[in-house]
Amino acid sequence: MTEQIILLPILTQAVIAVVLLFCWGRIRVQQIISIAGSALNVIFAAWLFSSVWQNGMASVQSGNWEAPFGITFVADTLSATLVLLTAISGLAVSIYSTATIVGVRLKFGFLPILHFLLMGLCGAFLTGDIFNLYVWFEIIIISSFVLITLGSEKHQLEGAVKYFALNMLASIIFLTALGILYGLFGTLNMADLAGRIAAVENRSLVYVCALFFFVGFGIKSAVFPLYFWLPDSYHTPPTAVSAIFSGLLTKVGVYALIRVFTLLFTDDVFIDTVLLGVGVLTIFSGGIGALVQTNIRKIFSYLIICHIGFMIAGLGLFNELALAGMMFYLIHDILVKTNLFFVAGLIYKIKGSNDMRKLGGMYKTHPMVSLLLAIPLFSLVGIPPLSGFWPKISLILGAVEAGNYIVTGMLLFGSFITLLIIARVWAKVFWKPQVETKKRPDFVYFSAFSKGRKFMILLPVAMLAVVTIYVGFGAEHLNTLAERVATELLDTKPYIQNVLGK
Amino acid sequence: MKSSILQTATNYLLPLLLLFSVFILLRGHYLPGGGFVGGLIAATAFVLHMFAHSVRHTRKLLRIHPGYLMPIGLSLAILSGFAPKIISGLPFLTGIWFPEPIPVIGMIGSALFFDTGVYLVVVGVSLTILFTISEGT
Repeated sequence: MTEQIILLPILTQAVIAVVLLFCWGRIRVQQIISIAGSALNVIFAAWLFSSVWQNGMASVQSGNWEAPFGITFVADTLSATLVLLTAISGLAVSIYSTATIVGVRLKFGFLPILHFLLMGLCGAFLTGDIFNLYVWFEIIIISSFVLITLGSEKHQLEGAVKYFALNMLASIIFLTALGILYGLFGTLNMADLAGRIAAVENRSLVYVCALFFFVGFGIKSAVFPLYFWLPDSYHTPPTAVSAIFSGLLTKVGVYALIRVFTLLFTDDVFIDTVLLGVGVLTIFSGGIGALVQTNIRKIFSYLIICHIGFMIAGLGLFNELALAGMMFYLIHDILVKTNLFFVAGLIYKIKGSNDMRKLGGMYKTHPMVSLLLAIPLFSLVGIPPLSGFWPKISLILGAVEAGNYIVTGMLLFGSFITLLIIARVWAKVFWKPQVETKKRPDFVYFSAFSKGRKFMILLPVAMLAVVTIYVGFGAEHLNTLAERVATELLDTKPYIQNVLGK
Repeated sequence: MKSSILQTATNYLLPLLLLFSVFILLRGHYLPGGGFVGGLIAATAFVLHMFAHSVRHTRKLLRIHPGYLMPIGLSLAILSGFAPKIISGLPFLTGIWFPEPIPVIGMIGSALFFDTGVYLVVVGVSLTILFTISEGT
């Protein structure tokens, strides 16, 4: 049964994008189709997820070519969860962009490109063929280039150049790694590759290949020392775009790292050490970077880097507790990071600035909105019972179990520094009295928006906040899910059997 | 650029090039060729017409905005992927074929429709880009 619906999320997004292209120029129609389609896609993704949850993983051979020769699509618990999260964030961004993206951006195809991007994300999560993964990555970066440059403001293009250069470089490195892999084994199906890599005697070549993968995905997911493009480019496009980038684009890099280093290059001391070292340094540099910023969108960009480190370190620890923690953290992070940029956008709409030195008094003027914004901010810190708390426990316990106290210390340091930063943001933006600033004459403030538009901006923030609260209070369910993913990641035999059918 | 030699030649070259692009499209399943190359050749034909006459004339010749060829081509490609699913319940994108070859065209299958979709997308994209550039200068 599950086999029939694996491709459904990808195809739905493709169909929405094509329908949107037909409605080129009719913006109102495009917005309605985009929201309705995204809502439909959430239902399909939830259907896929529940089906995988009940019947276990499933795979489909596209084009009906047998496994190592054709392209396989696999939905295991990890993929199905991420597809569901993509659909939820996609719906939120789709609603948010109808209220915030205006003018030329919409006219020149913002929404179709957004759906092509979402299609690429679903494809990357579901594919079981590593070359096909590369193709989905290309679809993702091509769409993201358009999204990041659309509108062509000066600072936007400056950020886009950095983004473009580094991501192209990452793709080339990824392709080189694929070349080595294909030269070694003559196959690119991940399940087919899985068993064979451990048996290769030429370890140095395997390590070179693994490092190429690591650098390629590392640039995309912004790990130390390859992260510097991210804070320079993520604050330049409109917030709806930053939100989808920060919630999902860096996470697709993390997903690729998880896949490659649990299925292909498994449990090797050298690789685990590299992952741990880079994870620790990423937490440190991201946290320190966030401390000195004053623009809240830049602060959030550095926090993305800091928290990517949590996941990389969890992957490097490679025991069940740490992997479960990493998975839980990934779920929490996608929801919260998407929402954080919505928050930054909302503050910008209300106050006309994102600079902490010019902000203040939010709590006094907008108490209800402030309380809503407190949910994503404080779940990022991990104040119990909000969502960030539980995965950190698992991660820290995992680090203690592995006897690695440097990582334990660094995870605690990362949490502490996040607390410090968010407390600072809260104090300076919400509690500090309003700094006297001139009203910008050409800027349309939030208070001047129509009721419907205000609602469309607040709805996605509230929607994601509700999901975050569920993640916090329903932590038991999420933990069961994360543990199941961890088991699947540690024991890859069912995955291989499922794809190759033997 | 107005050259009556080029203009006269283009009037004969345009149909020839279009015919050639269809030929390339049809032989593409087992031999070199296919939707992408065919689409590029078709686009070249219109670009040549654009050089000889003007963008306005070529737009008139095309009748529809080339941008609309993109969604049309994409939907054709997606539908050809769904066809095996609807007709015989096989997985997405499985190639299904008519049992008998058709004169001139040869074997017809869902792959041909997919390729035609690619052909239309390529024509649409390249013409949209080139028209925009030449109108901008």
